[in-house]
Amino acid sequence: MPKSAKSSPIRVLIAKPGLDGHDRGAKVVARALRDAGMEVIYAGLRQTPEEIVRAAVEEDVDLIGLSILSGAHMALFPRVLALLKRGRATAIPVFAGGIIPDEDARRLRKLGVRAIFGPGTSLETIVSTARQLARGTA
Amino acid sequence: MTSGRSALAAAKAIVGGDRRALARAISAVENGDPESGALVRALYPRTGRARVIGITGPLGVGKSSVINALVRHLRAVGSSVAIVAVDPSSPFSGGSVLGDRIRFERDATDAAVFFRSMASRGEEGGVAATTREVVRLLDAAGFDVVVVETVGSGQVDLAIREIASTSVVVLVPHLGDEVQTLKAGLFEIADVFCVNKSDLPGADLARKDLSELVGLGGQRDGWAPAIVLTSALSGTGIVELWGAVEAHERFLDRSGQRAAAQRRRIAHEIVGLVRERVGREVEDRLERDPELRRLLDEVAARRLDPRAAADRLFEAAGRRRRRP
Repeated sequence: MPKSAKSSPIRVLIAKPGLDGHDRGAKVVARALRDAGMEVIYAGLRQTPEEIVRAAVEEDVDLIGLSILSGAHMALFPRVLALLKRGRATAIPVFAGGIIPDEDARRLRKLGVRAIFGPGTSLETIVSTARQLARGTA
Repeated sequence: MTSGRSALAAAKAIVGGDRRALARAISAVENGDPESGALVRALYPRTGRARVIGITGPLGVGKSSVINALVRHLRAVGSSVAIVAVDPSSPFSGGSVLGDRIRFERDATDAAVFFRSMASRGEEGGVAATTREVVRLLDAAGFDVVVVETVGSGQVDLAIREIASTSVVVLVPHLGDEVQTLKAGLFEIADVFCVNKSDLPGADLARKDLSELVGLGGQRDGWAPAIVLTSALSGTGIVELWGAVEAHERFLDRSGQRAAAQRRRIAHEIVGLVRERVGREVEDRLERDPELRRLLDEVAARRLDPRAAADRLFEAAGRRRRRP
């Protein structure tokens, strides 16, 4: 749900799906979103798609950010999107970051991942895109 | 939720176990949405059934891990449980990183557990201004136990006593000598002390210091705080910890203090709400009325003292309220 009132902070879930111990990027992004005034629910490492969707619903987030560097994105992201659909929660936009080849990124966008940030993306770009996605203006 | 009728529909969904409706209602309460008042009103008669337990203590003592272990125990004995975990908001950006969920492991399909992270949103005292109402939503949703984890700030998480019937203070070995335990603050909050990470050396010394404190008049209204050693990582002591919480809950019923405490909390809450409204009214009045704003100049010029100015403002706000 996009929020209109500026008094209510954007809530965003940051999670790392699957078996992947590299959480530095996710932490840097979490911190940047915090500094931009958002409430970041940091779910951390080794989350199953079920746990991620459950957390997104319970925390009533405006946005989900998934970080992955393990190469399993084509298995895990479609599963998250399918579970969101089953939970009638497709209104929550999903963005992603990590090592994702262009070809896969194109397919994931088609499946519904709203933005994909590769290495070298500036934090300004991530913050402004996240804000637009959460406010429903992207 | 846009009208009283949709608030009733949301209330019905929450009572019926709709977790999405519950999650959205929590956001509405947190954000102070105008409809949230009607929702809380509709649910209020259904509250008062859940055991509300506060978990507080300094940063890094293992509050979240203790809660994770407690939840596992509560599920094993068949109780449903909701957790509200509060973390601080940045006073600069207003943002926050809510990291308590990271310690939380459970079966993702278990509908008898609900976890919600909350930012303190500028409130001091360890919880957010709306935490009490969020707890009411969870209570009305039918959870047997609601656990509130405060901000890990240390000595002044007093607000938890306004919400929880039993407060657990989590500590670890080597936090300080016995003089620390004499200081005011955390030690007056505790109904139960939990010495976590008790597999580390020094746990027995911490227990000894605490029991001396309890012996030195740490009793409050006939209850001597229990001291339990735990290791959340291995689960050691968690059954005993819950046993101590239940013992305190039974004590509240037996001694008649539950009813007295509830009346005291309700009085605090209502006075607080009135204070808030009067404050807003006075601020509003001051902003709109140039004549009253002149009072500020008078005080600045030392022709009037602040208390006299406050009297006049209060009277002016009262006059306006009485006008039809």
